[in-house]
Amino acid sequence: MEVELRNITKRFGDLVANDEVSLTIQPGKILGLLGENGAGKTTMMNVLYGLYSADGGEIFVDGKPASFASPKDAIAAGIGMVHQHFMLVPVFTVAENVVLGVEPTGALDRLDLKRAREQVRDIGAEYGLEVDPDALIEDIPVGLQQRVEIIKTLFRSAEIVIFDEPTAVLTPQEVKEFFQIVRSLRDAGKGIVFITHKLGEIIELTDHVKVLRGGRVVGEGDPKIMSQVELAELMVGRPVDLVVDKVAANPGKAILEVSGLKVLGEGGDVAVDNVDFDVRAGEIVGIAGVQGNGQTELIEAITGLRSVADGSISFEGEDITHHSPRQVHALRIAHIPEDRQRSGIISDFSIAENMALDSYYEDRYGRGVTLSWPQINAQSAKDVFEFDVRTPTIFNAASTLSGGNQQKLVAARELSREIKLIIASQPTRGIDVGSIEYIHQRIVAARDAGVGALIVSTELDEIMALSDRILVMYRGRIVKEFAGGGSDVTEIGMAMAGVAQ
Amino acid sequence: MSAGQTSKVIDKARERHSLVVGVILIVLAVFTAWVFGYGTVGDATFRLAMRGDSFKVGDLVVPAAPYAYVVAAILAYFGARLMMRSGSRRANLILGIGLILFITAFLTWATADHSFSLTGMLKSTIIRALPIAFGGLTGVLCERVAVINIGIEGMLLAGAFSGVVFGSLFGGWAGLAGAAMTGGLLGLILAVLTVTYRMDQIIAGVVINIFVLGLTSYLTSQVLAKEAFRHLNDAPVFRAIDIPYLSDFPIIGPLFFQHNLFVYAAFAMVAIATYYLFHTRTGLRARAVGEHPRAADTLGINVFRIRYIQVTVAGMVAGFGGAWFTLGSVGRFDENMTSGRGFIGLAAMIFGRWHPVGALAAALVFGFADSVQQKMALLQTPIPSEFLAMAPYVATIIVVAGLVGRARPPAADGKPYVKE
Ligand SMILES: Nc1ncnc2c1ncn2[C@@H]1O[C@H](COP(=O)(O)OP(=O)(O)OP(=O)(O)O)[C@@H](O)[C@H]1O
Ligand SMILES: [Mg+2]
Repeated sequence: MEVELRNITKRFGDLVANDEVSLTIQPGKILGLLGENGAGKTTMMNVLYGLYSADGGEIFVDGKPASFASPKDAIAAGIGMVHQHFMLVPVFTVAENVVLGVEPTGALDRLDLKRAREQVRDIGAEYGLEVDPDALIEDIPVGLQQRVEIIKTLFRSAEIVIFDEPTAVLTPQEVKEFFQIVRSLRDAGKGIVFITHKLGEIIELTDHVKVLRGGRVVGEGDPKIMSQVELAELMVGRPVDLVVDKVAANPGKAILEVSGLKVLGEGGDVAVDNVDFDVRAGEIVGIAGVQGNGQTELIEAITGLRSVADGSISFEGEDITHHSPRQVHALRIAHIPEDRQRSGIISDFSIAENMALDSYYEDRYGRGVTLSWPQINAQSAKDVFEFDVRTPTIFNAASTLSGGNQQKLVAARELSREIKLIIASQPTRGIDVGSIEYIHQRIVAARDAGVGALIVSTELDEIMALSDRILVMYRGRIVKEFAGGGSDVTEIGMAMAGVAQ
Repeated sequence: MSAGQTSKVIDKARERHSLVVGVILIVLAVFTAWVFGYGTVGDATFRLAMRGDSFKVGDLVVPAAPYAYVVAAILAYFGARLMMRSGSRRANLILGIGLILFITAFLTWATADHSFSLTGMLKSTIIRALPIAFGGLTGVLCERVAVINIGIEGMLLAGAFSGVVFGSLFGGWAGLAGAAMTGGLLGLILAVLTVTYRMDQIIAGVVINIFVLGLTSYLTSQVLAKEAFRHLNDAPVFRAIDIPYLSDFPIIGPLFFQHNLFVYAAFAMVAIATYYLFHTRTGLRARAVGEHPRAADTLGINVFRIRYIQVTVAGMVAGFGGAWFTLGSVGRFDENMTSGRGFIGLAAMIFGRWHPVGALAAALVFGFADSVQQKMALLQTPIPSEFLAMAPYVATIIVVAGLVGRARPPAADGKPYVKE
């Protein structure tokens, strides 16, 4: 099945998210969509999937004009989408999620779960997508959840499958498996759309790439003959430095000291187990590890969001083990949380309000019980400009920002004030290369000015690029330490998988 | 993180839980021995047979003081065991059994030197649980599609009122239909307010309650009280129907099979709702809408339609249940005659963990407390019966606060769905 989008235009108020964009999805081919944050990639795909109605343009399926008023129509036409944020019901089983909407039934509307299970197994066997149909979604890792999403589209006999930043949440191992799956889908004759910010993935996986900027197509080509640098330049519109420029660190004395730390996870299990380390001023310490090995709990414990079961944390000699987040914040510790939507922003608040969210009580933002809006707005405008948050005004709700721009908003708030320590989880998740460059530069510049930094990332590249020292976390413990530059990637990867023990 | 260490931490939580339960049991044991045992004289006589039984069963005669001591001993034994060999997996089960024993000891003490009909009390438990069960079921249906329904009370009241008016005019069945329609209409209004206009769901429900209370009170005192309209407040009552054969069994017969239509309907509706929610295609979709409406939407499920239909049907259940107050009981309407049963229905929904059967069970617990309280007032025990009336709500607060395990509402509960 071939789908053509011709001159699609989509506006949100005054903002033109897609401006006469055309593209063709061919069977048996993988189309890569590349573009800065807010370029309009997700919007475009939502139009195709019937979630948004276009303000102009046409859709053709196999040469015939088609219109999708709702996802139902798009699904019926053979279009499937794996969303940026998964669309799974956590308390349902895999089988229930897969069949939802097209359930096999018996008499009296009875749900035929036995058949559903078989169908899930059949698809799994056909495409090499094994999952236990009876597992609850909330109990399985993201990699498997994504599999369920793929099975969902196949179950609806999708001929076109759209992946919106599918690799952002996957571990390197899972990415490999995922690529295998996508290739087998392509070989089965499906048309694939693949959205990503990772240039290497575009080159490795796609057959054709389209680059969007500011809602328009600004370039396309064969990724096999393009380099990452070329792609990056096409995307951002200026040359981009893909490697972080930095001189050797000049660490001072330890500012953050963690010793014998033990933290419990959600279910009362030991998530962080007897962890010792320190971060010195003027040094970037990276924590590498596969997601779910205690990094989240570790960061939450340091920033006061989770209580500590045992051990101690101190900052500049002051014991902060049981400090509240506000107290931690007041010590000039910046925190970029792992999940921006859950703990980084309040999506119904405006951008300016979000900018003042952490320091509204400080003197610079008001006196006594009153807020000084001119001050807040001025500071927000400055930060938004500096960090290149793409938005018409600072008064728009944070929820209207694209995923990557929300992340930039959080980074801007945290890094723009005077700080002594940066604690960042996945600081560049979902951000385009241009902005990654900027945020990395800011972190390095802060380091050079004597700020300490603790960076958690499942992105090994990011850890390698930034860190002066690398700690590998596995099952709640720090299992190995590496020097920053020139360490062996495979060795780190093995430590992450727990092999080195 | 070694496996041993993980289980140690879990053990710690369980240990504390066992300890708490153990202490509770010991306290109950001391209380039982001291209050129910010490100084109590006489036998408690529980009558099991009902008037009209085809064969009579004898009375259950229990010596009050010895029984209390036996119960106290059992409670103390389990309490001590839990405290010493802490970490038991069965702490909650033991607590449940302990509480039941405690209640029997209490009843025996209260009945010492008297006699009362145990079967009768249990039967009235079911009847008193009825409106609460209807209310709870309504709540379950609404919240499973993520609409919080505070207006259950108003829907019950409206059902009671329109039931009596339609019933007086056109007979019992028409009364039932009218009640269900009125409830359905209120459900539809709630859906319009909350689903389409995304009004705050709590406020929308409160508005419905106040509106119905005001309107029915006005109509009762200003219209139905007038001589010319008095006949509108005089409906036929649905009589008890004995189920052939089954109703002849001693104890069980009178308890379950000699009721009027409303009791059978309540049990049937709970069964149907359970089947619908957990075993049908539509039920699966409805639950998906309550948990993750956006996911449902992206799969082509019409979130708004499902919410509209289910909230309206839930309203009909409440209207039907409300008709019990008039058509199933006294045949006439009094101002605010539901007196908060709808709110207790909400509590039953939470207590029952958003499951129809759970809500019914919780309603029975509340009904039991209610009927015990009634009996206590007659037996003139030194404990003010108002305290007993409080018991189920204290239990609800404890359950909701999570002592006995976390109850988890549907994830999208109370949130309006906005399509982009
Ligand atoms: N519901 C909405 N209301 C208003 N503006 C919106 C809405 N959704 C998206 N936008 C705006 O449209 C533009 C395109 O957003 P879109 O989400 O398509 O970007 P994207 O290319 O997917 O970016 P990212 O890589 O960051 O996910 C952005 O400027 C965004 O702020
Ligand atoms: Mg996007």
